[in-house]
Amino acid sequence: MTIEAIQEEIIDEFSMFDDWMQRYEYMIDLGKSLPLIEEEFKTEDHIIKGCQSKVWVHAKLQEDKLVFTADSDAIITKGIIAILIRVFSNQKPQNIIDANTNFIDEIGLKEHLSPTRANGLVSMIKQLKLYAIAYQTQLN
Amino acid sequence: MIDVSKIRKDFPILHREVNGKPLVYFDNAATSQTPQQVIDVIVDYYQNYNANIHRGVHALSQEATDKYEQARITIQKHFNIAKSHEVIFTSGTTHSINMVANGFTALLSAGDEIIVSALEHHSNIVPWQMLCERTGAILKVIPMNQEGELVMDVYKELLSSKTKLVFCNHVSNALGTVNPVEVIIQEAHKVGAAVLIDGAQAAPHIKADLQALDVDFYTVSAHKVCGPTGAGMLYGKEEWLNKLPPYQGGGEMIAEVTFEKTTYADLPHKFEAGTPNICGGIAFGAALDYMNTIGFNAIASYENELLEYATEKLLSIDGLKIYGTSKNKTSVISFNIDSLHPYDIGSILDKLGIAVRTGHHCAQPIMEFYKIPGTVRASFSFYNTKEEVDVLVAGVERARNMLL
Repeated sequence: MTIEAIQEEIIDEFSMFDDWMQRYEYMIDLGKSLPLIEEEFKTEDHIIKGCQSKVWVHAKLQEDKLVFTADSDAIITKGIIAILIRVFSNQKPQNIIDANTNFIDEIGLKEHLSPTRANGLVSMIKQLKLYAIAYQTQLN
Repeated sequence: MIDVSKIRKDFPILHREVNGKPLVYFDNAATSQTPQQVIDVIVDYYQNYNANIHRGVHALSQEATDKYEQARITIQKHFNIAKSHEVIFTSGTTHSINMVANGFTALLSAGDEIIVSALEHHSNIVPWQMLCERTGAILKVIPMNQEGELVMDVYKELLSSKTKLVFCNHVSNALGTVNPVEVIIQEAHKVGAAVLIDGAQAAPHIKADLQALDVDFYTVSAHKVCGPTGAGMLYGKEEWLNKLPPYQGGGEMIAEVTFEKTTYADLPHKFEAGTPNICGGIAFGAALDYMNTIGFNAIASYENELLEYATEKLLSIDGLKIYGTSKNKTSVISFNIDSLHPYDIGSILDKLGIAVRTGHHCAQPIMEFYKIPGTVRASFSFYNTKEEVDVLVAGVERARNMLL
């Protein structure tokens, strides 16, 4: 699936929720799911230090696609990471570079992606893009 | 006695909604809200007598100067300061602390020692580290115990003839502990060290008598005491302020300038270079006037009642742990629930219209001590109510149920 198609799918899923409680409960369920990153990558090398919560990100190239794993010490942050991974992982680097994250506004989680929230998510998206740029250069 | 429903009418912001819920503001330790009486002073300044001070001969300038200097005297009286020129207007506590740290560069030599407490805000640690880097002085730390209190026996052992400066907050921002500043000051003076006490977190709760404390420097931010941001004070004993070199060069701080040499103005102007936050200074005075009409004894006893009520209610929540359990603390509760992340709890409380602070509160060494990523901090003011505490407790329970 393309990044845009996955984003549309997520927007559809979230449109079924009536209020913030349901959205948050869904996020928390996502956050509670199995670790999204292998323990060996939860190191200082892979950490993005937000002021509020920590985020770990790891990337590897499988054939021509980039596979991301990531995690956080806060559940809601982790839930949002799960959504971001669903959108950006297993995609070609150039498509990741070109993608935007406007869908986050549409699913009512905008406040968590504010640069001033300091939860590491904005830096995480930047990091995903940087990985994509690096691997794209490698593919070229 | 506090008539809280009457007081709440003074604060327009307390009547707004957040996320469709009535605002419950429990982030008072970060910044206090502003009463209409202070807002009116700010509006009046810009509507009626906005002018630069201390230099114009025209009426507006004179009026603004008079009001600004009147505010200085209000602050002087509030803190029982001997001389009005010992009150230096600053942009706030961080500015005040940096002025002293910068000034001590000229007074320290390699091997001298500075003592700070383990309970400090980052703004209180970094300037001293920078001072040590500049001078070769050594930074020593008064440790804390599990209750969040300073270990005074170790403090006394740290003091020696090498100690030149002791720095400690009056009240800890992260935990609310009221530190024994009287003893800290007395003991430091026995070895000839100067003492700077950061009163940012104390000022909303405790009316400090600076002459009785015999403290050498004391700092306050206006926005913690119902005043505006960007205004504050540095108190310094005259003898110390005369010893310190000016912090910034500029207008107002000079007596005479030639290209060969500049002579500095007398106190307080030596430390007040450039056009100050005139409106902020005047509103700072108005904010202290407002709080004094309510009365600090009444404020302290009411806030203590809120603290006890909230402590008991919150502790009834399964798995909730409070950090900072000193018997002597202000109305601040720092807590966590089991291993839940403070960010998650804070995010859900925000959705319920409840404003708390989450994170390390710019006091990472304290979080390191407790081995936690941070806490949720609820801090109460005299305009908060027990009903609001009930909303918080219900919100925390709801967050717990959602997250566990």
